[in-house]
Amino acid sequence: MSTQEQKPKNQTETDTESADEDIIAASSPQQRRLREKRGREIESPKETAEQEDTYHLKVFRYDPEVADKQEPRFDDFHVPYRQGMTVLDALIYARDRFDSSLTFRHSCRQAICGSDAFFINGRQRLGCRTQLSDLEEPVRVEPLPHQEVVKDLVVDMEHFYDQMEAVEPYFQTNELPEGELEEQRQSRENHEKIKMSTRCIWCAACYSSCNIAAGDNEYLGPAAINKAYRFAMDEREGEDLKQHRMRIIEQEHGVWRCQTQFSCTMVCPKDIPLTEHIQELKREAVKNNLKFW
Amino acid sequence: MYEHDVLVVGAGGAGLRAAIAAHEEGADVAMVTKLHPVRSHTGAAEGGINAALREGDSWESHAYDTMKGSDYLGDAPAIETLCKDAPEDVITLEHWGMPFSREEDGRVSQRPFGGLSFPRTTYAGAETGHHLLHTLYEQVVKRGVTVYDEWYVMNLAVTDEPDPRDRSCHGVVAYDVMTGEVAGFKARNGVILATGGPGQAYDHTTNAVSCTGDGQAMAYRAGVPLEDMEFVQFHPTTLPSTGVLISEGVRGEGGILYNAEGERFMFERGYANNAGELASRDVVSRAELTEVNEGRGIEDEYVHLDMRHLGEERIIDRLENILHLAEDFEGVDGLEEPMPVKPGQHYEMGGIETDENGETCISGLYAAGECACVSVHGANRLGGNALPELIVFGKRAGQHAAGTDLGEARLTTGKAGDVEEGEVDSPVALGEAGISDEAVADGGAATLTDPDEVVEAAVEAERRRVEYLMNKDDGIQHAEIRARVQKAMTKWVNVFRNEEGLKKALREIRAAREDYQHVYVADPSRTFNTDLQQTIETRNVIDIAETITLGALARNEFRGAHWRQEHQERDDENWLKHTMLSWNNGEPELWYKPVLLEGEEKTYEPKIRSY
Repeated sequence: MSTQEQKPKNQTETDTESADEDIIAASSPQQRRLREKRGREIESPKETAEQEDTYHLKVFRYDPEVADKQEPRFDDFHVPYRQGMTVLDALIYARDRFDSSLTFRHSCRQAICGSDAFFINGRQRLGCRTQLSDLEEPVRVEPLPHQEVVKDLVVDMEHFYDQMEAVEPYFQTNELPEGELEEQRQSRENHEKIKMSTRCIWCAACYSSCNIAAGDNEYLGPAAINKAYRFAMDEREGEDLKQHRMRIIEQEHGVWRCQTQFSCTMVCPKDIPLTEHIQELKREAVKNNLKFW
Repeated sequence: MYEHDVLVVGAGGAGLRAAIAAHEEGADVAMVTKLHPVRSHTGAAEGGINAALREGDSWESHAYDTMKGSDYLGDAPAIETLCKDAPEDVITLEHWGMPFSREEDGRVSQRPFGGLSFPRTTYAGAETGHHLLHTLYEQVVKRGVTVYDEWYVMNLAVTDEPDPRDRSCHGVVAYDVMTGEVAGFKARNGVILATGGPGQAYDHTTNAVSCTGDGQAMAYRAGVPLEDMEFVQFHPTTLPSTGVLISEGVRGEGGILYNAEGERFMFERGYANNAGELASRDVVSRAELTEVNEGRGIEDEYVHLDMRHLGEERIIDRLENILHLAEDFEGVDGLEEPMPVKPGQHYEMGGIETDENGETCISGLYAAGECACVSVHGANRLGGNALPELIVFGKRAGQHAAGTDLGEARLTTGKAGDVEEGEVDSPVALGEAGISDEAVADGGAATLTDPDEVVEAAVEAERRRVEYLMNKDDGIQHAEIRARVQKAMTKWVNVFRNEEGLKKALREIRAAREDYQHVYVADPSRTFNTDLQQTIETRNVIDIAETITLGALARNEFRGAHWRQEHQERDDENWLKHTMLSWNNGEPELWYKPVLLEGEEKTYEPKIRSY
């Protein structure tokens, strides 16, 4: 399905009439409600659209259960702009003022919960960390590509989570010090080495951007490999476990699938050098294999 | 119906720690959470975890600082438990691989924080909460704990005896956000609420959109008292336009606050002659707003937090995350210019009344983390004390719910013993606004006692509520109602409070309740209906906002974070007591219970609190 070709269906001031006709055609109580609601709210975008300070958003809409949303479409929203406004702010405004059925995940508003990765003007970005003023209008907001759309901007994350959990994403060691209050030492250098990899917020922007993952459903993907890197490079785990981890990431759908396109690194909102981490693991693997010959 | 030994509601720090502990004790444990665990708001905590780990420090000293910080409204057994358990529980995190910042010798780093007499705040950059959350979730994955994520818990399944202390909790009712299915979850041993704070009662808050006080509101309506709700922490350094948190770690590392005249006002205006910027949070927040109110704010709104003198290397090493936040959310380069900051709602000191083992007065119902009130923080929480609370009391609640004997609690719960009736002069009726439809009422399980039947009855009640909300054709939308409450709370129940404003807030909350009688859900879909979820959350926000405001109106003194224009002194003679609110047939009942200042070996005598 190409979402780009869907004919935008407008619900805003520019063609109120045609939108109304569409709604009249549908007769469920919900459609009636939506129509009334739009009637009430149309005034606010009308007023604000005349002022210069509005942003025009085109937002992807789809709901398998609702008659006029079963065919994916784009809705237009004109949101009054204030300085510093993010794409997430604009979506919240549109939902709270214009259409309460507009659905997207979001929580912390500060780029740490990783809920609101969307495909914004053709690129994976976090809604909360993307300033409207950095974008060209109309701002096109779509769900993350290569993942199944559940509704509007919500995608099914299960497969991404499965990949994350396939790399034994937890610390393991056989080298804990004696004594309950004794910490395991870690050099500052080693902490520094894994630091970037520990910043991952599981937003799936990288995974969505990766062509290899799109073509090979079993490919672990950049986020999961980065998670494996975080542990493989942690000196506290010890050499035996490192070998164990190398075996996991060297599997058929592991690091060797990466073709070094850097798309994951480009879109990562936490600036994690994902491709470099994957490359480093490949080098590690080569070294290891030579050693065992 | 789903069935497990222990159910944990919420999967932030406290919930994850509770689940791990219950699992380690051999219980069949499941988590039911409206967000996938890694989305939880624990991840936004920045500064660190207080624990007396080093020579020269002691749990006693940590306890003393915490008691002083609480303005003597914390309970000694709770505080001592926190401070004694924290070191071991922090080392456990280290053993689970948490990437703490390190010293040259490879041991975990600690830094100074506000109100602490020793630099005991253990940290991982300025994103300690993120690393804590992910480390705990890793352990949950490792153990194969069942997680029902994006399942929204709507209500508790509790029996309906007249005295809440005779009631028991047998599970929860939740709905699957993805499909709209409403289902019962039975808990054979216990339900642990770990649902976080109610920051969404305010519109300028560091809290996530998900922090709607669900667990507090559900426990309250089931009969558990909410304790000390008027004590709301306003963090002194949040970004003015969004409320995004700038860690206290900035001041801990040496960051300085300036007013518009370039004065280092914490010293120069005498707010805290010894500790300056590192005074306790309530003190710094009031100082900033006083500066602004007296015309020395910048753009009449905020003050400056300057960290440039720390140097790029140190900033990048210890506070890098702050640079990103200031850049992304305020457009300011912290290396080149001072950052604008103002106070913002940050933390609810009060919450669900529990004892040191996390138990409430309802058998089988536990609470831990920000949603609970043990009480460790009293009238003001010290920076760096929220995260140890999560791990210490999350763990204890998990162990206890799984059947581990932790010894008898010293704190008692429920309305019994040495209690005092309270009175409050409210300008409006309080509590539930006339119930027009049975379906919006709580599904009190009437005379049922069989656990399965209690859960099933609760499920039926929630199904009816969903149908009612979904079938209604018009009315008022939740966003409008919520915004009304948030505005009123931010205006009148903020850092500075007076009787008139608090009464205005109560009127607005009442109006919101009446509006809520007409609330409807416009989105007709069963698939991922956030309209429905937020509509249910909004009811919780209203209930919690009312408890905060009521407690504040009744408390005629100035203690910790609770400042009253008419009452400028702490009044130990009359107010050294906990505010308790019980939901009594739909109406809040106000009462008080004494503070326990007797520790294991010593009694904490209230002293004048100065920094």
